[in-house]
Amino acid sequence: MVTVSNWLRSPCPALVVDAVGAVHGMNDAARSLFPEQVVPPQWRHGESVHVAERSYAAHRVDNEDGSVTWWLLDETDLLLERERAALLARMSGALMTSLNPERCMTVVAELAAAHLADEALVIAPQSDHGHPVTRCLRGETPTYELQHVDVEEVVGLSEALRGFPPVPSRWIDPAAAPGWLAQDVVSIVVTPLPGHGVPAGALILIRRDKRFTEDEEAFARLFASRAGVAISAASLFTQQAVITDRLTHDLLPPALRRYEHVELAGRYRASGDTERVGGDFYDVHELPDDELFVVLGDVCGKGLDAAAQTGKVRTALHALLQVVTDHDKMLQALNQALLTTDKSRFITTVVGTVRPVDDGLHVTLTSGGHLPPLIVRANGAVEAARTKGTLVGILPRIMTTTDEVLLAPGDSCLLYTDGITEAHGGPLGDEEFGEDRLRRALTDCGGMPAEALVEHVHMLAAQWVGSGVHDDMAVLAITAPRRRSS
Amino acid sequence: MKAVEALWEAALDGNEYRATDVVLEAAGEHGHEAVLLDVVGAVQQRVGREWAANRISVAQEHAITAINDRAVTALSITRPRREAVHGRVTVACVDGEWHALPARLLAEVLSLRGFAVDYLGAQVPAPHLITYLHRTSPDVVALSSSIATRLPVAHATMTACQATGVPVMVGGAAFGVDGVYARRFGANAWAADARAAADMLLSQTIQPPSAPHQPVDDLPHLADQEYTLVTRSARDLVRSVYRGLEERVPAMRSYSDEQRQHTAEDLAHIVEYLATALYVDDDSLFRDFLSWTGEVLNARGVPAQVLEPALDLLSVQLRDFPRAQRMLAAPDRSLPV
Repeated sequence: MVTVSNWLRSPCPALVVDAVGAVHGMNDAARSLFPEQVVPPQWRHGESVHVAERSYAAHRVDNEDGSVTWWLLDETDLLLERERAALLARMSGALMTSLNPERCMTVVAELAAAHLADEALVIAPQSDHGHPVTRCLRGETPTYELQHVDVEEVVGLSEALRGFPPVPSRWIDPAAAPGWLAQDVVSIVVTPLPGHGVPAGALILIRRDKRFTEDEEAFARLFASRAGVAISAASLFTQQAVITDRLTHDLLPPALRRYEHVELAGRYRASGDTERVGGDFYDVHELPDDELFVVLGDVCGKGLDAAAQTGKVRTALHALLQVVTDHDKMLQALNQALLTTDKSRFITTVVGTVRPVDDGLHVTLTSGGHLPPLIVRANGAVEAARTKGTLVGILPRIMTTTDEVLLAPGDSCLLYTDGITEAHGGPLGDEEFGEDRLRRALTDCGGMPAEALVEHVHMLAAQWVGSGVHDDMAVLAITAPRRRSS
Repeated sequence: MKAVEALWEAALDGNEYRATDVVLEAAGEHGHEAVLLDVVGAVQQRVGREWAANRISVAQEHAITAINDRAVTALSITRPRREAVHGRVTVACVDGEWHALPARLLAEVLSLRGFAVDYLGAQVPAPHLITYLHRTSPDVVALSSSIATRLPVAHATMTACQATGVPVMVGGAAFGVDGVYARRFGANAWAADARAAADMLLSQTIQPPSAPHQPVDDLPHLADQEYTLVTRSARDLVRSVYRGLEERVPAMRSYSDEQRQHTAEDLAHIVEYLATALYVDDDSLFRDFLSWTGEVLNARGVPAQVLEPALDLLSVQLRDFPRAQRMLAAPDRSLPV
């Protein structure tokens, strides 16, 4: 049996409204909430009611005598936590998107200014040209710049930037803050951004009108821990990507330029979509008297290991070219060089020397175990160069035969790797693209510009493969340009 | 413009010197942007029409495009230099898209208008594009796709780009005349052509993408797995339909190797377009393709008599797939008789 006094002492505010709508009674909690005479409530059941900076859910209980008891359940903390959880989820979503440090810093400053402070600064550890600083005023677009700032002027900032060991947030005396940081503000707090064991920087929150509560500061630390992880992930990614770029730069196929008497075009696609380099390679070097040296080849194997080997082969050939231009001697020397290093990696290659002559291009071609180049005449006739030879880097001696070809204006010489002809697929999914099909396709390509020829061949092979897996593919065309007449 | 006809003639003739002269002369008169879009662009559209009507081969299309591309290079070298005063835009084609020129024209126009442009060209595997976006953090990435069958890849690429927080603008014939698929895929912007794209980028800020999402969030019908299963079994479908056709159409038994390959390729295309139509859930995409195929087969002198039985055989193979049934059974297949 509930006694009357029980509800009066309940921690939940409760009001009784009689049948005519007048407030009949209140318990102690309700009385402290409504110290003045209270107007009869017009609430709906379940409605959220705001009184004295707190939120209550209004619950209606109908009594037998026709009166109504309104129970007010305090949900202030619940709403606040819910809002913070949603905010953190939104923030995490926004923070996790980018692996670009600048964009990450911008997102962090924007979120902090929108939800935590009037102004937010994100300062990253010093780079070559100063500290990257992102600054955002609430409601405005963040600005990013490299600044030469003296971080020692701000207590706790240099420690936060060193990041390790983690230091707690620091309150700054606003009056002592340097001009570049803030002026005429009420409150400044510096929070380190802890990353993956690497310093990601510091977050500085600024308020113009009031101080931060302890609660707000705790939430800011929670935010900072997520922001720090995002920024340091982006920094680590960038570091690694820069290293990868520098190391693989020389392994990428060279950009081919146009020469006065020779059109050159190449296409390259590594077998893996995530890799830009593979076991196929081509290279072009300029020789005296407008001659060009061209090489295309295939290191056995694929992926990064094979790519690293192509780098060695390309460097070796370039060095050899300074002392010997005879194809056979050059391939013999390359063979020796490969035999004395890693015997497991042999190569197939075609080398060519291109010399402009009066009626087009004179091309000398020598194969070291590679598919013979195809000559595509301007009228669509297709023939294979008569050169063959042994693989390079597997036997103590190699045999080569050299062919000499004259390319008239509009004729092309196509060098390609077996990634093209061994492309597996086709409409029925079980055939190789094959040399015959390639030759047939090339009969439509008479007189094509070099760029169109390599693109066409690459496309045919790629479409043959469809969505299936393919080997590295490399194609290089040497074309005698049509004369400027008509 | 008379330059359009002159450039077309020069490109068809494979004469890059004349092509270059034509565009440079026209640029002096009409300005670079007008020549890029109204001369080079117009010729390229004509290339597409001539190819669709089977009046030029794919090899010729490549040759003409290469000459056009050289013309663009000549324009690019002579264009008035200006410092980039607007934002940074990355321009790329969807992987597997061989038509790079529309994207290149956009890149050129944006440079002329004062944007900092990174042109990545065609054949960019999505992982490279994403790495590039993380590294450079452009304001917008512009993706181009011309062929409808690249739409699923285009959607995946778009979603991946958006997941890096970079807004995506799309364009190209693949997205439909009014950009209907761009909207369906949740692109942040769509532009009908390069001029509209440049105008839009100048006049408004493209909204950043909302929270990362999956392709299926944009296209809930994908949950029925019809697209996935048809794509996965595409080659088996082509093989079994091909065998069925050999029984039904006696003439096929005396086909040459080349004719066999052509027929198999036609079947592979039908399956590919059906899969794409299932992906975007649009019957008209498949029906438009069928009527176009019928016309091309006629133009090629191949009777369209294999089409009808091929669709029947496909329909039998896909009897458990309601959406595929709907598309294959469409009453007005609008096939030429």
